[in-house]
Amino acid sequence: MRADGKYIAPGFGGWWHRQGRWGASHVLLAVLAVTTTLPFLWMLLASFKPLEEVEQVNPFPTEWQPQNYRRVFEQIPFARYYFNSVFIAAWVTFLQVLTSAMAGYAFARLRWPGRDHVFKLYLATLMIPGVVTMIPNFTVMVKLHLLDSYLGLIVPAAFSAFGTFLLRQFMLTIPTSLDEAAAIDGASPWRIFWDVILPLARPGLIALAIFSFMGNYQSLLWPLILTKSESLRTLPIGMLDFDSTYGRQTNLIMAATVMNVIPLVILFVCTQRYLVKGIQMGAVKG
Amino acid sequence: MSAPGRRHETLAALGFLAPNFIGFLVFTAGPLLFSLAVSFSNWSLQQNIPFQWTGAENYGELAKDKQFWIYFVNTIYMMLGMPVAIAGSLVCALLLAQRLRGIVVYRTLFYLPTFVNGVALMILWKALYNPSFGPINAVLDWGLQMLHIPAKAPQWLLSTANLFGLDPQELAVTWTKFGLGARDALIIMGIWIAIGGNNMLLYLAALTNVPQELTEAAQIDGAGRWAVFRHVTWPQLAPTTFFIVVMSFIGAFQGGFEQARVMTNGGPSGTTTTLSYYIYTKAFEEFQIGYASAISWVLFAIIFVVTMINWKFGSESWNE
Repeated sequence: MRADGKYIAPGFGGWWHRQGRWGASHVLLAVLAVTTTLPFLWMLLASFKPLEEVEQVNPFPTEWQPQNYRRVFEQIPFARYYFNSVFIAAWVTFLQVLTSAMAGYAFARLRWPGRDHVFKLYLATLMIPGVVTMIPNFTVMVKLHLLDSYLGLIVPAAFSAFGTFLLRQFMLTIPTSLDEAAAIDGASPWRIFWDVILPLARPGLIALAIFSFMGNYQSLLWPLILTKSESLRTLPIGMLDFDSTYGRQTNLIMAATVMNVIPLVILFVCTQRYLVKGIQMGAVKG
Repeated sequence: MSAPGRRHETLAALGFLAPNFIGFLVFTAGPLLFSLAVSFSNWSLQQNIPFQWTGAENYGELAKDKQFWIYFVNTIYMMLGMPVAIAGSLVCALLLAQRLRGIVVYRTLFYLPTFVNGVALMILWKALYNPSFGPINAVLDWGLQMLHIPAKAPQWLLSTANLFGLDPQELAVTWTKFGLGARDALIIMGIWIAIGGNNMLLYLAALTNVPQELTEAAQIDGAGRWAVFRHVTWPQLAPTTFFIVVMSFIGAFQGGFEQARVMTNGGPSGTTTTLSYYIYTKAFEEFQIGYASAISWVLFAIIFVVTMINWKFGSESWNE
């Protein structure tokens, strides 16, 4: 510890030591980045290999087989899975953002008796394990004959305590003078919400939209217990089936995995600055 | 504000809250009470078992259910990765907070596994861990051979071995069970996924909020790098660390379902079955809704108690 302390003490460290520290940080970062990337790289390379080459140590295919990707579509209704996942996730995202923004507005910008108690109740529900409410929700869906339907997959997921929390935090940071000015001009709460708050909360709305889309695009448990028919299967369930039926064809499995992951990577690279802000916002006290 | 204005605002708030609140009542609060009630019954989705209120019978059975305790221990075992992942996130954040070049690229790469986390990623890791053709063992075998170590690479997802030598079906230590097995494989994967994820971003945000005057003052006083971290940065990070620890515990108690369903089916010999996967199998494979509800309420109670302990202990030790 002592030695370490001396090492960078200002005035003693000098150029060499600063360079050394800089270099060490970069080496460490590079090692971490490689560790993160290698599994994805292996996946990509394996997806182009002939089957017998997957088992070989050489990570590069000697014969590139892009037709692996076409064969995935021939063996399983992959396009259908894609459509279902995107369709369901898009609907859930739209509804979650809408209901969360409205509730967040009520919690952050309007004054009403009992507001903080109700908000605490919302927060407390974040502690409830998903499985506790999942069993009753499943039985309700049975009674409503919503098993194996888009409605049953979308509606229960459309309300989010987390989303409400996130957007409330975001809306708290918007100066109150703005809605007060609008209120003096005679704007109704709905107008203020729509014309003042929503545009200013855009980064938060986008962050929640990404979280929500992601979570539902990848969601496994609820679609797994709720759907039976092939035509309603989502990507995660399709992948799971594909893996258990064609598990020996690792090259095809990897091609499917790549196709599952690529849209996410693109989405992530395009939206990451909103996402980072959203996550960091969620932990702000308030 | 005048009284009518107040009332007007309350009405507006009700309107804004209504869609979300109705959803909250129907899909969260209602089911919560419903499942508590059901946990005192023998309700089963199998047609031939008549419904009966059974009082606390499910809970009594649970206390004697050896499987439950084994899976409880599994769930705790899986938490071994938690301190490593949190410390790793902090190290990553400290590295990224130095404003070096290419930070956004690193941050993007580090976060990627968290972002794409799901069935596809787990199928990928299942292949990576494959003892016969997976690249992990290919590298390990090569390394062991190079170093002339006469050991074999672990069997990963196929093995019940673990760091404490726990027997898979008895809560006892067995000498032959020491090593790395399925649980450890899942833990390593979990660390790989989480290290550059949300916790790193939270630490990064907290680090930019540490007042620069504090660290500079300490450096002028001759404090070394470690001393500055230990006595200035770390205490400033305490609220973030607290938040992360609380959330990690909650996540860890609820976790393990996807890994078990996708990668191991809870095996080998039930070693990767966590409480959430146990509840799933009881409810949706054996259709014992009443019993599964009782387990899920016990899980809820455990999470609640642990969170309260964290809260008390955490706020005490950080408010000194």
